[in-house]
Parts: sequence; structure tokens; C-alpha cells
Amino acid sequence: MTRAHVALAALLAVLLSLPAFAGPYALSVATLVLYFAYTGQAWNVMMGFAGQLSLGHSLYVGVGAYAAGAIFFHYGIGPWAGLWVAILLCVLLGVVIGFLAFRFGISGVYFALLTIAFAEFTRIGFDHLDWTGGPGGMFLRVAQRDTWDIANFRGPPLMYYYSILALASLAFVLCYFLLKTRAGYYWQAIRENEEAAQALGINTFRWKVYAVALSSAMTAVAGVFFAFYYNNLFPEQIFNISRSIEIILGPIIGGLGTLFGPILGAAVLTLLSDGITELLAALGWEIPGVKQVFYGIVLLLVVMFLPHGIWPAVAKRLRVDRS
Amino acid sequence: MDALTVIDLLLAGVLTGLLYGLMALGLSVIFGVVRVVNFAHGEMMTIAMYATVVLFAWLGLDPFFALLPVAAAFFGLGYLLQRGLINPFITRPEHSQFMLLVAVAIILVNALLLVFGPDARNVQVDYQLESYELGSVLIDKARVFAAGLAVVAALLLFLFFRFTLTGKAIRACADNYLGAKVVGLNVKRLYALTFGLGAACVAVAGCAMVLLVDVTPGLGPYYTLLAFVIVIVGGLGSMGGALLGGVLIGVSEALAGLFIAPSAKSMFSFGLLILVLLVRPQGLLGKRA
Repeated sequence: MTRAHVALAALLAVLLSLPAFAGPYALSVATLVLYFAYTGQAWNVMMGFAGQLSLGHSLYVGVGAYAAGAIFFHYGIGPWAGLWVAILLCVLLGVVIGFLAFRFGISGVYFALLTIAFAEFTRIGFDHLDWTGGPGGMFLRVAQRDTWDIANFRGPPLMYYYSILALASLAFVLCYFLLKTRAGYYWQAIRENEEAAQALGINTFRWKVYAVALSSAMTAVAGVFFAFYYNNLFPEQIFNISRSIEIILGPIIGGLGTLFGPILGAAVLTLLSDGITELLAALGWEIPGVKQVFYGIVLLLVVMFLPHGIWPAVAKRLRVDRS
Repeated sequence: MDALTVIDLLLAGVLTGLLYGLMALGLSVIFGVVRVVNFAHGEMMTIAMYATVVLFAWLGLDPFFALLPVAAAFFGLGYLLQRGLINPFITRPEHSQFMLLVAVAIILVNALLLVFGPDARNVQVDYQLESYELGSVLIDKARVFAAGLAVVAALLLFLFFRFTLTGKAIRACADNYLGAKVVGLNVKRLYALTFGLGAACVAVAGCAMVLLVDVTPGLGPYYTLLAFVIVIVGGLGSMGGALLGGVLIGVSEALAGLFIAPSAKSMFSFGLLILVLLVRPQGLLGKRA
């Protein structure tokens, strides 16, 4: 047992027992933190591990959410079937985008802009798709708050909390083992120096596409969770570029390419955002825009003074492994 | 729908597109030299639009006169932004620069929301309602003025880069960073100058844009995306490409609005972007990196 293992076990114990002493509001905040920890982890596979900057991850959240949501809405089939449709669609999209981009040698800023373009393209497409309600949105039947309807994934907030905790934990474990497998080393080699990786005989094209596929599959699951947790979907909101930015803030602020970074970043950002809201409410400054200005300033300061994110700096203090 | 409507719309698309082109030119110049993608570009554009609205409401200044002080102020702000904030980031990885400018964009767009609220603002001058008649084709006067301004500003910028010593020095920095340093150019200052010039381009475009559309804080992210689409289509770092890209996007928006639905117009632009990235990633007029 290293210090990191002890800390991890303690964190898991706290999270498992959290509903026992947290009120409904704290539970919803914790759910949001874990949601961003999970999506951040998913995005991190692509950028943090393989070095491919995606600024369009809202595409996979949205398509995943709409796929499972529409199947439930139109046919009453629960998300356990819809989940696979969502994953399949998102992997297909990810592979197509990755294939096109990497085949034509698009990288860096250009790749990032391509991902934005696909997300925006899809957003406007869904705005004109009547089957999913168009810009007016799609509303799922509201959950029965007192029973755990696992088959349809409808139930009290507690159910969603434990589901997203399970997802975030699974993603953490998956990434932990991925980093130690051949795939993890290949990706990191590609991230550090693609030409050198290629010279060593790694099929960089194929491994980059794998990273996109895995990342989009994981994000699709987050989309399904999103649809059934929030019950309403609007293209304008779910595909918006600011949703993509939200996803990537956590891992970058927390520490790119690290395992703890996405979790820490999600916690810091969500609590910061809520903290500012509370503080401004207490001060009576509830003017639209104030909160985001503060948020932006904090973001600016973190990016300027902690270029590698918060986790590497914290890990150094705690004397634990930086990953 | 008759042929004349189509011609009217096409012309309007070309003229608006030239203005888009000037906005994107700022982004292109900054990227071409400093190698930083300005993710706060549209937000800067929106601020210039608000500045024009304020000057008009306060002093009754016509947008075409307001553009001088606004452009000067933006040049200064751009210079300081590059010098103070962005310069330490030019050697950092792309995602780090991206985060910095996203933070700047979040602050700017919400500061606007804070000061002006979410309601649309505009200016009203006489020539907005007038139009030129060419045979039976109608062209808005304001649009013609705005497009003319865009062309003049782009031309001035081109001449500056082509014929002045400072312009040549900036191009030297863009061509060869190390070489420019070796021959003793003050790269830091030249980068700041470039950012200032890019900001001034946006300011001029913003001043003229107020004549054509109402301004809200939410326009910021929209213009940022639009500017990206234009420079990628035209070729990131190419001056002519930015104008060409602007015209293409202006026309495609006008046609999409006419033939499909006005709300689908940016789908056309993004479709064009995806196509160009795949077929000719360096853009229509760009040089291969």
C-alpha cells in the first residue's frame, strides 16, 4: 500500500458514504462533480494520453444523449439497449472524424477546429430534425422519485449519484490500467513525438483512431446519463461549444494526462462555480455575468501560474506519484 | 422568388462577406505571425461594436468617424494584451494558449453582459435606409460603405506589410523566428505590434458591422467561430485568403438563407469548412506548412 492507495481508498469511502450526511443540494453538486470527472477522464484519453486536442466533445455527449433519449421517448425502450446504440453511433462518428483528419494529416489547431466544426454542424442538424423535437427540445417522461426503476434508469437522485460514481470509478480504473498497457505507452509516445513513435514502428494512424474511438465511446455513456438525469435535451444547449469547453476545463485545470487531474479539476471548478454563486447571492450582486467574470479571472490565474494544472503541484506537496 | 431577388441577395452577401473578411484578416495576421489562435476574436469584435454604439449614443458620432478612436484604442489594447498576457504563452503548448484565450473570452463576453445587459443595441443613421439602384438591382448604401471600408483597410494593411520597414520586419519574424532574433529584431515588440494591428482590423470591422446588425453580447462566440471558418477556408495566415473566405461565407450564408432556412445558414459554413479541411487543409489560398 502506497500513500496514493490509502488516499484513493479514503476518497472512495467518503464518496460512497456521502449520501448519508449530504442534503439534496450537496448531492446534486457531487453528482455534477462526478459527471465532469467522468467526461474529463474520457476526454483525457484523447488529449492527455494521445495528444489529440478535441474541442468538440459535446458532439458525443449530444449524440449519445439523443440516441438513448429518442429510443426511450419514441419506443419506451430503456437506456440499457439505447446505451449500445449511443456508443455505436459515437464510435462511428469518432472513427469517421479521426479517419478523415488523420488520413489527411490534420493535426493541432486544425484538428481542434475540425472537431468544433463537426459539433456545430451536428447542432444545427438537430435543430432541423423533427424526429427529436428540433429546437423545441425533447422531454423524457419524468422519473418516479421514490422507486428505483433500474430497467428504465428512472429513480431518485441517489440512484443517479451512485451510477455516476460507478462510472467515474470505472473510468479511473480503466485509465489506470490503460496507462500501463501497450496502448497507453503507444499513445504517450505519439503525444510526445509522433515522428519518433512512427519511426519505432507504431502505426500512429491506427492508434490515434483507437484513442478517438475509446474517448467517444466513454463520452457517449456520459451523454446517456445526461439524458436520463436531466430529462430534457435541446440542441442549442447540449451541442454548444461552451459544453465542450466545460468538459475540457477539468482535466486541463486539474492536470493534463494525469489520472487524478480530471477528478480534482472537476471538483475545484464545480465548487468554485457554486461558491461564487453563493458568495454573490450573499453579497446581493446577482447581476447576470458577474459570476462568469469571476470564473474567467480564476481560470486565467490558474492557467498563468499553474501551467501543468493543480494536481502536479498538489502531488508534489503530498509526495505521491505525479500520475 | 425571381432572379432579381437572388442577385440582390448575392450582392449583399459579397458586401457583408468583405466585412467578415476584414474581421478574419485580424485573426489571420495574428496567427500568421505570433502563431497564437485568438479564441477571443469575436468577443473583441463585439466590444468594438459596443464602443461604436456608445460613441454614437453619447456624442452622436457617426460609426465611420468613431472607427478612428476605436481602432486606435484597440491597437493599444491589443499591444498590451500581447505584451502582458500572451507573450509568456507563445512557447507553451497549444491547449495552454487555448485555455488562456478562452478565459479572456469568458471575461470579455460576460463583462459586456454585465455592463450592457442582454438586450440588442444598434445605431440609426440616415443612410442605413437608403440604397443605390443599378437598373432594377437594389444595394443598401450602408453595406456598400462598409464593404468599401473593409477593402480600404485591407489594402492599407497589405501596403504596410509590403512596403514599410516595420512591416517587413514583422514578416521576417513570421518567416523565421530565430533568424529574426539573430539579426537583432525586437521580436517581442513586433509581436505586440502585430497583435495591435490585428485588433485594429477587428475594431474597424466592428464599427462598420454595427450599421448592418444589432449587437448583443452573445454575438461574441458566434463571430469567433465565423472568423475561424473564414480563415481556415481562405488559408490561415494568408491575407488574400481571409478576404476570399469572407466573401465565400457571406455568399453561402445569403444563399442558404434563401434556399433552405435562415437558421441553417451556419450549417453551410461549417460544411464548407469540413470540406476544405479535408480536401485542401492549408485553405484555398494558403501555402502548405
